[in-house]
Amino acid sequence: MSIAILKAPSVSVASVDVARTLRMGLLLGGVGVYLAAVGILAMFNERWIIVGLLTLGYGVLGLVYLVAGMISARRGAGLMTALASGILSGAIAGLTVSVLGLVIGPFSLQSVFTQLNGKLADSLALGLAPLSGLLVMLGIGAVCGAIGAILRFTPLTVRRPLVIAALVTVTAGLFQELIQIMLQDGPLTPVQDLIYEWEGLTAQGAAIVFVVAFILALIGVQISRRRARAAAAKANADSGQSLTKMGMIFLVLVLLPLMGGNYIGQVLLLVGLYILMGMGLNLEVGLAGLLDLGFVGFFAVGAYVTALLTANHPMAILHLNFWVAMPIAVLASVVVGVLFGIPVLGVRGDYLAVATMGLGEIVRVLVVSDAAKPLLGGPLGITQVPKPAIFGYGLTTPIQLYYLTLVASLVAGLIAWRLEGSRLGRAWMALRDDEDVAAALGIDRIECKLLAYGLGAAFAGLAGSIFAVMLASVYPSSFQLVVSINVLALIIVGGMGSLPGVAIGSLVLIGLPELLREFGEYRYLFYGVALIFMMQFRPEGLMPSKVRKRELHAAMGETSEPAVPTARAA
Amino acid sequence: MAVQIPEDRLKIARLSRISIVDVLLWALRIGVLGVVIAGTIGTLINGRYGWTQWVDFVVFGLTLGSIYAQIALGYTMVYGVLRLINFAHGDFMMSGAFSAFFVANAFYRSGFLESHPVPALLCILITSMIVSTAVALLAERFAYRPFRRVVGLAPLICAIGVSFFLQQTFRGMFGSSIRAYPDPSWQRATISFLGIEVQAVELLVIGLAVLFMIGLYLIVQYTKMGKAMRAVAEDGDAAALMGIDVDKVVVFTFMLGGAMAGIAGVFYCFVYKQVYFYMGFTPGIKAFGAAVLGGIGSIPGAVLGGFFLGLVESVGPALFLDGLGIPGPYQLRDVIAFTLLIMVLIFRPNGILGERLGKKRA
Repeated sequence: MSIAILKAPSVSVASVDVARTLRMGLLLGGVGVYLAAVGILAMFNERWIIVGLLTLGYGVLGLVYLVAGMISARRGAGLMTALASGILSGAIAGLTVSVLGLVIGPFSLQSVFTQLNGKLADSLALGLAPLSGLLVMLGIGAVCGAIGAILRFTPLTVRRPLVIAALVTVTAGLFQELIQIMLQDGPLTPVQDLIYEWEGLTAQGAAIVFVVAFILALIGVQISRRRARAAAAKANADSGQSLTKMGMIFLVLVLLPLMGGNYIGQVLLLVGLYILMGMGLNLEVGLAGLLDLGFVGFFAVGAYVTALLTANHPMAILHLNFWVAMPIAVLASVVVGVLFGIPVLGVRGDYLAVATMGLGEIVRVLVVSDAAKPLLGGPLGITQVPKPAIFGYGLTTPIQLYYLTLVASLVAGLIAWRLEGSRLGRAWMALRDDEDVAAALGIDRIECKLLAYGLGAAFAGLAGSIFAVMLASVYPSSFQLVVSINVLALIIVGGMGSLPGVAIGSLVLIGLPELLREFGEYRYLFYGVALIFMMQFRPEGLMPSKVRKRELHAAMGETSEPAVPTARAA
Repeated sequence: MAVQIPEDRLKIARLSRISIVDVLLWALRIGVLGVVIAGTIGTLINGRYGWTQWVDFVVFGLTLGSIYAQIALGYTMVYGVLRLINFAHGDFMMSGAFSAFFVANAFYRSGFLESHPVPALLCILITSMIVSTAVALLAERFAYRPFRRVVGLAPLICAIGVSFFLQQTFRGMFGSSIRAYPDPSWQRATISFLGIEVQAVELLVIGLAVLFMIGLYLIVQYTKMGKAMRAVAEDGDAAALMGIDVDKVVVFTFMLGGAMAGIAGVFYCFVYKQVYFYMGFTPGIKAFGAAVLGGIGSIPGAVLGGFFLGLVESVGPALFLDGLGIPGPYQLRDVIAFTLLIMVLIFRPNGILGERLGKKRA
């Protein structure tokens, strides 16, 4: 290794691996074409990051070129070579995208691909004449590719703050409406005037945000590195860290709706419900390894039981108080969970996923069908579910219901957290890792699995119960298979078997698309990509549980050394 | 130091092993069987359906079965080679159906579809096969290949991701509306035979399906690549040691599976006369059930399972449910199919023709 560093890097541009560079450029150019064909580009072009200068669409295209440059620049080859290949592949990617713009009109692609219209062609030519547009696009590609290549050569201590600063700037631009509302009419109004105008960030505002974020991130990275080193010296000192993380997350969750108003409250309410469900599915998938795709069924049971017991609707059986109905709904979910679990007890692994999905679909079709209409109201559902009240104080607004959800998820989280370390939790993990060995060690498989289904269902039932009062009605269309997939996606993105991961995953996958309403159409596309990428590159999730991380990385044969030494090599 | 356990203790232990769970499972079997028998008797006593109608149901069932069988073949081959449930397989079919729709639509507008059914049909089939194969190969290359040596849930979850990705891609590119597949006069023709009217398209679908299945069988059984495929399905490591390029075999398997899915897509267009981005999901899951029913990994099994599932789904609502006086039995077609799927997964995961796979999985 040391010899390789001592050897003088070859600076000749001729050593660029042309075939590979071309391939990367074309590949990323293909990504750009894909974004255009699916319609993401056109939609993103509607949104300014920096007013008059950069739309989200062009930002994403630039990112694509940058990635092209980044992956085709190889560290081993030396800076100049890398720079050359970065420029080349960025330019190729740019060329690919602008060629698409040129062929849209002549080949009348719009007759098949609805998104490829004249407006898109114009925006791909940057509003210029075709040829000059192509040249400018080529230039942009080359520049972004070069930046990507250079980024690869910057040490991690600088690169990370740069990335963070860029992300913060984009966030500030995207959520401008929200942030402006928060800043308005407070002591921070001057800040608002400084960086924002009507539609988004101003150019100077973007620069200010970027620089401030960069400096803060630089300091932050230094501090965390120092702390990591200190922690490495004192073995295993980070046991308190996950608690602090969780505490911070919950602090944000408590304060956010107070600052953001009803809309934020509504979004967070949904996030909270998914956190509840995520914690439930986490017991099944994350701890016990039972991949359950019929999970939405338990959610539906919670909602329907609540509605049937409380609603002012001819279909309702009783007219109970919410606080009486909720425990009954949870209990009913548990019972259904166990009943659901019994037939599939002997089914393992991937077959289990399909079997549970089939069960979920059966329930859904039955609920919609005429056969169950006299009981459950068919496709029209049950309406007029009353809102709950505490001591005569009604919980009617989304924010009030959100706090109900928050309390529920805190309690549920506490239970889940205690379960994780308990005898039962360890038995689940043993089952997950090897069922036969676990059984040989005396773990009662039937009991453990049924407890996983039942307890997981309890969480979902609770979420369903609150969901029913949130909408004040229940329709079968709310309980599609997608809900199960959503919950699965969020615990995978967050980190299987990790409670803070569930919160993060839910915020990212449920909260963000709700806030970026107009992108909501593409959220499932994003979920699909997220599932594929997470499984390939970061199977432990964004915020993994410690055990899981250790296991996965041990399995991949990586050393547990921290990332510090890489910076020294540069 | 072996511990002696008294014989009667052992007996009690064994008895308590026959737990509530087993009892409940038996109750489930008997319950489903009871519903089927009671429903059948009820329907037959009722005599609401004449025998021409039953023939109709059977022909439609075989048509559906051809679609399921065609998709199930892809599932079974991929599972045989990779031990992966390719969740996105139904979406390969969807991509084929979409391309079939575009070609057919263009032909229909120019009148070619009406005047020259055979060459038009050939073009449609070939386009659909090519597109499905391309999608399958892309999915293999970018999504599944990194998981070659990974066991556990990760590949399956990735496959779910691919399925979502494909659905949403098509939704983004072509919109979320349901599009009507063109319906030229020859698709509406009927053939009468012994007083029974059968749709010509249904016969066409069944006939073509049988033709393609025979073709596939010949490829797998008699070409060198087919032989390699079977070897990899039998034991991938040993096959690699014998000098078989496993990567190539996997690619070939996805190609065959994709092509079959493309054909299924065209059939789907003929039968349901519509395309939409979500169309692949339910047939995909059902076809997986069919593959398991026939014994996953077995090609004749997939065909058998597919036809069986199609028949049950088509005849079932009238035969089992109508007799019980359930309103709207045809809405519950999917319930019958999924119940069959679950019963198979629970009680006979080896399938009808499956042999050794039972214990290896998980």
